[in-house]
Amino acid sequence: MLQYIVKRLLLLPFLLVIFSIFAFIIIQAPPGDFVTSYIADLAASGSSVDQAQIDALRERYGLDQPMHIQYLKWMGRIVTGDLGFSLDWRKPIKELIAERLMLTVLLGLFTFVFTWLLAIPIGIISAVKQYSFLDYFFSVFNYFGVATPTFMTALILMWLAFSVFGVSITGLFSPEFVDAPWSMARAEDLLRHIWLPMIILGLDGTARLARIMRANLLDELNKPYVEMARAKGMSEWKLVIKYPVRLSLNPLVSTIGWYLPLIFSGSVIVATVLNLPTIGPMLLRSLTNQDMFLAGTIVMIYLFLAVIGTLISDILLAWLDPRIRMG
Amino acid sequence: MVTPTGITDPPTPQPIPDMPHYSPEEEVDSIYVAPNWKLVWWRFRKHRLAVGSTFIVILIAIVALLPGFFSTKDPHESVAADLLIPPQRLHFFDEGKLQLFVYAIEGARNPETLRMEWQTDYENKVLLRLFSQGYTYEILGPIETDIHLIGLIDSDSDEPFHLLGTDRLGRDQWSRLVYGTRTSLSIGLVAVLISTVLGIFLGGLSGYYGGTTDMIIQRLIELLQSLPAIPIWLALSAAMPRTWSVEQTYLAITVILALIGWTTLAREIRGRFLSLREEDFVVAAKLSGSKETRVVFRHMMPTMYSHISASVTLAIPVMIISETFLSFLGLGLRPPAISWGVLLQEAQNLQSIALAPWLLLPGLAVIITVLTMNIMGDGLRDAADPYSH
Repeated sequence: MLQYIVKRLLLLPFLLVIFSIFAFIIIQAPPGDFVTSYIADLAASGSSVDQAQIDALRERYGLDQPMHIQYLKWMGRIVTGDLGFSLDWRKPIKELIAERLMLTVLLGLFTFVFTWLLAIPIGIISAVKQYSFLDYFFSVFNYFGVATPTFMTALILMWLAFSVFGVSITGLFSPEFVDAPWSMARAEDLLRHIWLPMIILGLDGTARLARIMRANLLDELNKPYVEMARAKGMSEWKLVIKYPVRLSLNPLVSTIGWYLPLIFSGSVIVATVLNLPTIGPMLLRSLTNQDMFLAGTIVMIYLFLAVIGTLISDILLAWLDPRIRMG
Repeated sequence: MVTPTGITDPPTPQPIPDMPHYSPEEEVDSIYVAPNWKLVWWRFRKHRLAVGSTFIVILIAIVALLPGFFSTKDPHESVAADLLIPPQRLHFFDEGKLQLFVYAIEGARNPETLRMEWQTDYENKVLLRLFSQGYTYEILGPIETDIHLIGLIDSDSDEPFHLLGTDRLGRDQWSRLVYGTRTSLSIGLVAVLISTVLGIFLGGLSGYYGGTTDMIIQRLIELLQSLPAIPIWLALSAAMPRTWSVEQTYLAITVILALIGWTTLAREIRGRFLSLREEDFVVAAKLSGSKETRVVFRHMMPTMYSHISASVTLAIPVMIISETFLSFLGLGLRPPAISWGVLLQEAQNLQSIALAPWLLLPGLAVIITVLTMNIMGDGLRDAADPYSH
């Protein structure tokens, strides 16, 4: 087991290097560099452009050097913890994203738990009571869930809440807590707001997860050992929960690997619609404003979260299924 | 029963468990000689929901082919006086007689908010007819016509008539939706075509040759699949120069969508090739000296057509939703292009929806299209591969 985990961990830096090159290419793709847009910005606001300052900026970020040197400089700064400076927000990037990153991960984890708590029972019920009313209901629900873009769900719920209850449900905090320092009251306020984005994001994945659970369990329920246990007089629910459910959870664990990153990246759109203080809307703004170091950092964070997600699911799977760690 | 030639007759057909719907008369002669596509069609036909969905998909495709005919106004024409008119309900009967009409609508400026407020005027009717004359458009290429499915009887009148209301620039939403259908559907189709070609090519290479080729392609696919799709899309689309024309952005968006979408199909094709490689008929073809291209395209590919078509059908809605996402966030197609995502951009915040909830209607078009395409694709997949479950 330990050997397996170490093997996976050794692969991690390798993957991250590939991903970081990828992120770097993407942020370098637009024509011009950020100093160009900075100058344009300054000129537009009427202030004079100091050539010495521009040269200093270009040199600091190595913009006068070839691509691969620029990449190495960027990586060097990231490894030493210097994420750079956002020209759009005029603040160090680290300061900008610290809280947003925490809220993004928190929202992701909440959504994840919500999805599993909802999807597993739905999957079990639809499999055990196959072709019942509930089974059909859930499969209709699944079709609609897949067909509705998440931002539509968000918009519709927002509109309903506004037109029926007259409340506006945006953000993760009430106005008085937006800039307040962390306290018990603020955490409570967060919990009072986080449920809606959690449900919107969760519904998207619930339907799919429940389908997989249902299919897995249906496969297991037809196996002879179930018949055997039933013949020996085991009570039906105990029998289902004790063996087939456990077995059919295994393949689900392997979906965590792509599901976790999906929650994080999927929240970009919902977060933009609901105006949540997560890194998604910030990525969008940095991309439209060509704030490339900020955009690059956030893309890197998403890639990192994806790698971590894959790692977690690999380890969980190895822990659950001896065939994997031995093989 | 043995015939004089000594050949045994086909046994009396038993109802086949998987195809309980065949009436014996129908199948006696046909089932043994039916080509694969016919078998697929017989199975598909029995999935009623899928057949119904197929009709709706065909309808939507016709709308996408002839947007000019279905529109009622020029989608780019903005009438400054007609801002945010709510949808006008279409009535079919006027005092017991068959007559299409909508009630007229009157606007008055609210003296406090200075906003136009529209009231339905039940005294006046705006009479409509089918195949009316309207603005001139090009149908199926260069042919010009001014016939529209529905429109005012008096084609010179400028009475407001908006089936789905107007947006904040006074443009007719129904006509924009119809034109958006063409863009969104064709983006989905083109992106899927590109990713299908890529998927078949790389998946085929991977499965047919195996070994190192397989290893490299599989790692590439794993890498691409572990990328968080939405941030990558956003970053790639943000890299498109703002100065590009509508056609260039359109092409770039399809390529971006296709580059990320081909992996699923490639995996499936690879699996098929892997299992087919050892089949007797493939080995026989190889042994009798067929060239590689002949083995692949003549012997192996035809067994996969039905499967590929099901996968393609299921991939189109994914692409459509992705385009909607991108354009909705302002990184996909940009006005003056019209697509469902561009239309939904108008409904991006609470203020606009609270003021004009009908701006959400293009979302309904997305949901219906994706829903019916998914049901159709599922039906097709079940029909193409009855043993997959």
